Amino acid sequence: MRKVAIIGVGTTKFGELWWSSFRELVMEAGIRALEDAGIGGDDIDAIYVGNMSGGQFIRQEHLACLIADHAGLNPLPCTRVEAACASGGLALRQAMIAVASGMHDIVVAAGVEKMSDVIGEGAVGALASASDQEWEAFVGATFPSLYALMARRHMYEFGTTEEQMALVAVKNHAFAARNPCAQYHTKISVEDVLRSPPVCTPLKLLDCSPISDGAACVVLAPAEEAKRYTDTPILIAGSGHATDTLALHSRRSLVQLDATVEAAREAYRMAGLTPSEVQVAEVHDCFTIAEIMAIEDLGFCKKGEGGKMTEEGQTNLGGKVVVNPSGGLKGKGHPVGATGIAQAVEIVLQLRGEAGKRQVEGAQVGLTHNVGGTGGTAVVHIFRRMG
Amino acid sequence: MAAPRFWREIPSRYNLLGTRCRNCGKVFFPPRYLCPQCGRKGNVEPYKVKGKGKIISFTEVYSPAPAFEKQVPYIIALIELEEGCRVLAQLTDTAGQEVKIGEEVEMVFRKISEEGEIICYGYKARPVKSS
Amino acid sequence: MLAGIVGYGVYLPLYRIKIAELARVWGRKPDVEIEEKSVAGPDEDTTTMAVEAARNALKRAGINPKDIGAVYVGSESPPYAVKPTATIVAEAVEATPETTAADYEFACKAGTAALQACVGLVTSGQIKYGMAIGSDSAQCRPGDPLEFTAAAGAACYIVGSSSNEWVASIEGFYSYTTDTPDFWRREGKPYPSHGGRFTGKPAYFKHVLAAAQGLMRKLNLTPQDFDYVVLHQPNFKYPLQAATELGFPPEKVLPGLVVKHIGNTYSASSLIGLAYVLDQARVDQRILLVSYGSGAGSDAFSIKTTENLESKKPLAPSVEYYLKRRVLVDYGIYSKLKYLGG
Repeated sequence: MRKVAIIGVGTTKFGELWWSSFRELVMEAGIRALEDAGIGGDDIDAIYVGNMSGGQFIRQEHLACLIADHAGLNPLPCTRVEAACASGGLALRQAMIAVASGMHDIVVAAGVEKMSDVIGEGAVGALASASDQEWEAFVGATFPSLYALMARRHMYEFGTTEEQMALVAVKNHAFAARNPCAQYHTKISVEDVLRSPPVCTPLKLLDCSPISDGAACVVLAPAEEAKRYTDTPILIAGSGHATDTLALHSRRSLVQLDATVEAAREAYRMAGLTPSEVQVAEVHDCFTIAEIMAIEDLGFCKKGEGGKMTEEGQTNLGGKVVVNPSGGLKGKGHPVGATGIAQAVEIVLQLRGEAGKRQVEGAQVGLTHNVGGTGGTAVVHIFRRMG
Repeated sequence: MAAPRFWREIPSRYNLLGTRCRNCGKVFFPPRYLCPQCGRKGNVEPYKVKGKGKIISFTEVYSPAPAFEKQVPYIIALIELEEGCRVLAQLTDTAGQEVKIGEEVEMVFRKISEEGEIICYGYKARPVKSS
Repeated sequence: MLAGIVGYGVYLPLYRIKIAELARVWGRKPDVEIEEKSVAGPDEDTTTMAVEAARNALKRAGINPKDIGAVYVGSESPPYAVKPTATIVAEAVEATPETTAADYEFACKAGTAALQACVGLVTSGQIKYGMAIGSDSAQCRPGDPLEFTAAAGAACYIVGSSSNEWVASIEGFYSYTTDTPDFWRREGKPYPSHGGRFTGKPAYFKHVLAAAQGLMRKLNLTPQDFDYVVLHQPNFKYPLQAATELGFPPEKVLPGLVVKHIGNTYSASSLIGLAYVLDQARVDQRILLVSYGSGAGSDAFSIKTTENLESKKPLAPSVEYYLKRRVLVDYGIYSKLKYLGG
């Protein structure tokens, strides 16, 4: 299988974008990515788009067709990929496989979610469809409640504190303040997080990523041809994808996402790299505890030490590995299907040296980590600057 | 929840009917129709669990799921049953008492939700010590 | 002997409100001599209480639920206007599908009406066991005098024909029924209406006394033949007064009186009183049970304990257990529970 590189990226702003429709968002991100790659619509061979829940949020399915249509690209093959909140990451992997296999040459991987049209509980209900509807959602579990169960267990087994979790939110908001596309530009303190209203104990409002609209897009090409399009192609060095049980009650562990460990193992092996060689990572911080577990499961620290690693500043600029310099899901926003692609956009910008005030100096190797549901799906990609 | 979807699982929702792998003996509640370990060699049969277990983790929910607004705040807990399997359930009859990991509970028959269609009954976990 | 009780069980919710708290809120001191009443929790209703009482009765009976041939639930607060509570209960105790089921309504005596039906089916040999339940989460208009007594609870009796399984035999029953509009609720109205003092002499007393006297005549028994009297308990005064008028001393009535601690549990009222007595009774003791339902009517039963009672008692929680299992709420929480429990 041939190697694959990213030759262009584009993203919309993330936030409650009342004046932007689903179609407008995906077009905007797509056009930016094509311009960044210096190609036209005619050059694209296929599109993969990640979207979790068009049906529930905007009552629209058949999204792949809609996107190809409104992009003026019919009869281009377009595929919608769904893996709950990992839809974007999985779309990237499918696009990569299409290019690597030789089936297509230039492939676009996009992610988009329009969530804000559905008021309050409608969004909560739609997100709960990432959990087990018969046995989790039915008894009143919400998505935050399931992560809260993991958080409480993590605190019980390892002594992780609410302050350590709050530090994740503080760091990510500080990064988001330097990201023009982020949903939030306000810095927050540990006190702000601890005093915010409870959502599902021990998680409070500021422990939770928001409801967002947004779209992101990357353009893939065979690595051997990438230099034709850009001076700074970024190689997809490794890719991993794993599933775990849908429901929390079927999981082997409440404090580790086995799918993350498995997907990361595959990605590291394919890339020929170890965790200590990663300088910058965009991980799935849908809740602050999720980032703490992620840095453990991705091998950046030992199981149970994610809180300490965060507290010591090792995931901030100047630390062992800079985690979520875009602001993460918490600060940048989490339009579910777009997140996995947006993470790739950030890593590409970082490795190109184009990340402005949030640049990780001399970053050579980056990692993205995208999770579906409470850990039922995980997709990990590793990127590096090409020679 | 649509009436047929609720009705189909009544034996599990009312009477804790799960399944058991005849090959390795593992018990599944909620039910699974294929043993992940034994695959097709498994030969899964119906098996009722007793409904006794202990709390592995819990959370107080302030931001409710749709159809649960009137019950806020409510407590969701992950229970490890005597048979070894784990199940998610709301706690009931806690009457404001502090909940602890490791606390013993028993499953009781209660109203789960009423979404304007039928009343959905099912299991909730009641602390044994409240008795 | 017609038939016998092979198992019995009750259920009371956890919550209680003090009558004094109700008096504080409404600025009125009630004349009911009750201290507290039981309140259903937010996830409880007539059905959930009936199920727990039925499961308790099954623990004492020790029978295969598939052998139950009839499940009847008596209530005036069923959660559905159309769809029987009895089928949900039957499913939840695993008596389905080879059983008949139906809901009964006769104000506070629907449970004993269900009991009579079970006795009939069992005695005729049509079914092996019958399950009769009285369960209510009583509705009342806020501020109405009824609010000071209307409570929640359930009781279940399983009837069978094999005397070696009985904890008590049912020697006979007698009913007294008239069209007396002392208490009613029209379809679509949320709360019942009642006739105030009209619910006394022409209603409760007329029917309870007539039924008790009719039963004693029918079975050739006198007050001296009974060790206990259990009457419907809408308040503390009425059952004591009725018992006195029938010629029973207070010592025979007091053991079955639960109303002071839990209020009026409507269709479960006299049946919980009976369970309370069974928990305390010894072998070969005779109990007079008389229910009362507005509309109006009374069912009177003569029940005699057997030697099986002692060994079966501890197999399920006693009435005393449920009386002690209580958490007090104030009027605010009580209102929220009423709103949620529906």
